[in-house]
Amino acid sequence: MLREGEVRIPSGCAISGIMNKKGEVFSGHDIIQSIALMHDRSNGLGGGFAAYGIYPDFPDHYAFHLFYESAEAKEKTETYLNMLFHIAESGKIPTRRVPSVKNAPLAWRYFAKPKPDALFEDESEDELVVRAVMYINAHFSGSFVVSSGKNMGAFKGVGYPEEMGEYFRLEEYKGYIWTAHGRFPTNTPGWWGGAHPFTLLDWSIVHNGEISSYGANRRFLEMFGYKLTMQTDTEAITYAFDLLLRKQNIPLDIAIATLAAPFWRDIERMSLEKQTLYKAVRTVYGNLLLNGPFSIILGSNKGIVALNDRLKLRSLVAATKADVLYIASEESAIREICPEPEKIWAPRGGEPVIGLFEEGGIQK
Amino acid sequence: MTISMSTPDFLIERDRDRCIKCQVCVRQCANEAHFWDEEEQKVKANDALCVNCHRCVTYCPTHALTIRKYPLEFRENANWTASTIKAIYRQAETGGILLTGMGNDRPYPIFWDHLLLNASQVTNPSIDPLREPMELKTFLGRKPDQLKVEDGHLVEKIPPQLELEVPIMFSAMSYGSISLNAIKSLAAAAERVGIMYNTGEGGLHKDLYKYGKNTIVQVASGRFGVHPEYLQAGAAIEIKIGQGAKPGIGGHLPGEKVGLEVSQTRMIPEGTDAISPAPHHDIYSIEDLSQLIYSLKEATQYQKPVSVKIAAVHNIAAIASGIARAGADIIAIDGFRGGTGAAPLRTRDNVGIPIELALAAVDSRLREEGIRNQVSLVVGGSIRNSADVVKAIALGADAVYIATAALVAIGCHLCQKCNTGKCNWGIATQNPQLVKRLNPEIGAERAANLIMAWEHEIKELLGGMGINAVESLRGNRLMLRGVGLSDRELNILGVLPAGE
Ligand code: SF4
Ligand code: SF4
Repeated sequence: MLREGEVRIPSGCAISGIMNKKGEVFSGHDIIQSIALMHDRSNGLGGGFAAYGIYPDFPDHYAFHLFYESAEAKEKTETYLNMLFHIAESGKIPTRRVPSVKNAPLAWRYFAKPKPDALFEDESEDELVVRAVMYINAHFSGSFVVSSGKNMGAFKGVGYPEEMGEYFRLEEYKGYIWTAHGRFPTNTPGWWGGAHPFTLLDWSIVHNGEISSYGANRRFLEMFGYKLTMQTDTEAITYAFDLLLRKQNIPLDIAIATLAAPFWRDIERMSLEKQTLYKAVRTVYGNLLLNGPFSIILGSNKGIVALNDRLKLRSLVAATKADVLYIASEESAIREICPEPEKIWAPRGGEPVIGLFEEGGIQK
Repeated sequence: MTISMSTPDFLIERDRDRCIKCQVCVRQCANEAHFWDEEEQKVKANDALCVNCHRCVTYCPTHALTIRKYPLEFRENANWTASTIKAIYRQAETGGILLTGMGNDRPYPIFWDHLLLNASQVTNPSIDPLREPMELKTFLGRKPDQLKVEDGHLVEKIPPQLELEVPIMFSAMSYGSISLNAIKSLAAAAERVGIMYNTGEGGLHKDLYKYGKNTIVQVASGRFGVHPEYLQAGAAIEIKIGQGAKPGIGGHLPGEKVGLEVSQTRMIPEGTDAISPAPHHDIYSIEDLSQLIYSLKEATQYQKPVSVKIAAVHNIAAIASGIARAGADIIAIDGFRGGTGAAPLRTRDNVGIPIELALAAVDSRLREEGIRNQVSLVVGGSIRNSADVVKAIALGADAVYIATAALVAIGCHLCQKCNTGKCNWGIATQNPQLVKRLNPEIGAERAANLIMAWEHEIKELLGGMGINAVESLRGNRLMLRGVGLSDRELNILGVLPAGE
């Protein structure tokens, strides 16, 4: 059977996210409980988490999480990593035995800083990391970069999300943002790398839906040098955000208007200046519009953004209590961990829920 | 005089029980295939003159007429077919090049008919265009790699764009090759449905300036009718390098079609032949093209996108890439099935490549080079229906050009005799008696109806795929699957075989 990346696999899903806007850290316990409630939205063929603020001892190092299928893959990849990076510390990601979790790859993590002489002319450190990630995923068979951002990490695999949480001992970590994903793929070759979230640098995406614009999005992104090795919507969405927000410095609201563009009939009602802007957005970035059903949570060290497709073809609920923002596919998954939210609402199609840290709030 | 060996192509059958001798057919047929026999007091026919344009059949009040293929058979021969033999007879009689009208009619593979579209089932919902917005708005023109936005303002304006309500335009047909009423029909239809029509190389008749914002003005090798007001009049300018029906050769409008109005519009003396040279004599290479592109941009203050139209030929991907780099904002590619007012038969039937393959190759090449968004791609050369439009966009086109389909909408019956100037439907003719048969208001309504009908169908197909904006279809080859194609063809088209 072809593995994810060699073939495109549609899936349905559950997503959940929790963020403390003050940057206070809390354990992985809540997110596991929240996603576990939506057990029936997954089918045991993929689950995972992204956690931010979990590596306070290495806030300025890129934290690489890798999966290895063989010792040889590990050796080759490490040679490559050592060529480009100073590795401050590395080791096995702690796991515990969970009877239902089988065929786990070796999970390893590295805290790394780019070697100055490894950088190409005009290349930023972020770009070097992106280059390395793309290279490893494309060239070292049996190796897969699970995450590569600073002070964050992704933990995922084949199983129900709550099993993954247990396997990776996530209740032992403390972070200020947690997102989670439970997957219901229509078929799966059972490859751990294929589970979600998908990440690049400190971007992580958990996503529920199947975008019908994938082919168009993909080919647009490829023009900007992205290699879409996974053939998943999540990967395409991650790169779209990376292109707009990191590479092109597009403001967040405009990036959102690109992916979930306002309808022409709504643009016609805007002020002349806004019309010009939104018309330009749709003219230039039309190919990045995400069409078809989706709900996503984008995580980063700056905060989270949750977004629905513009027709709202997938469920998404948000709630707040004190400094905490909750987002989930179902209201019950929020009430499970926060029975009495102060505010709870279903964001409209194309209308983002944005949770940003107060200026400097996370750099403790 | 020796006897002609040419035999009729068609047989005119008249049901004598039905015929009321009204002579409508006699008056309607510009080819004089019907005539009134004074002596016998009946209407007769000269089969040899019939081109099977259905004019008489349509207008006969009693449905007395049937036109059939002339039943004369040559001895069966897979190699020497009737048309091959007849062509030789004609040439033996005249010593001339064989001329024809309309597009290639040979049985080459039609790749559109080997591509199938996708639809949503279970994993994502289809969208009902009657309930949800379904957006087809399309912009043609150069797109920057990125926008610069500060404090909610666009810092740099984007280059000029053509705005289309539907990703379909009427392709170039010159005044001279078709009648003023035909052009008026298309221009008014374009205005009504928010698309563009194209002047072709025949200049812009004074009555048509009012359709300026729906007009693409063409600059071809003959430079007929090109002057500053003309360039300013349109919404975009198109440099015509080649045409799918006759790549590599120019045009020839015979003097008898150059009446007063055509002569004024083209700015040439009445009654003279209008010859478009095969190449532009100021473009012998790509850098020359670049100069013309920028001259036209200078002449119009960089306010209008400049398109370059080329015929689909073997090395199309590299040529298109050169054109993009030469500064064109739009590349229009015309496939080998594209129509024409007149072309040498052997050129029409043997030169060029199918638009489907050309489009796929060009889109892929421009993407590999990272310059796809710098130009818009418009394709024509036999887009026959809305499904072809959808497939073209999925392969990577921004919009399509239609000409034959538009003419069919206003009455063309594809008799392929446009070159004779005797079009009984008032389209490919300058004979005032024939021209007035086409009422431009009715023509406009029919052409507009066609676009609206296709628009509805495109929305229906998009909705089925779970897509509600055409930009999500553009280049989305995952929405296509091939049937009955070789691996190599699938590869060029960049689509998977059905079942995979
Ligand atoms: S138009 Fe019909 S009815 Fe009239 S003369 Fe001709 S064949 Fe007879
Ligand atoms: S335009 Fe007229 S002459 Fe040409 S094919 Fe159509 S009907 Fe025949």
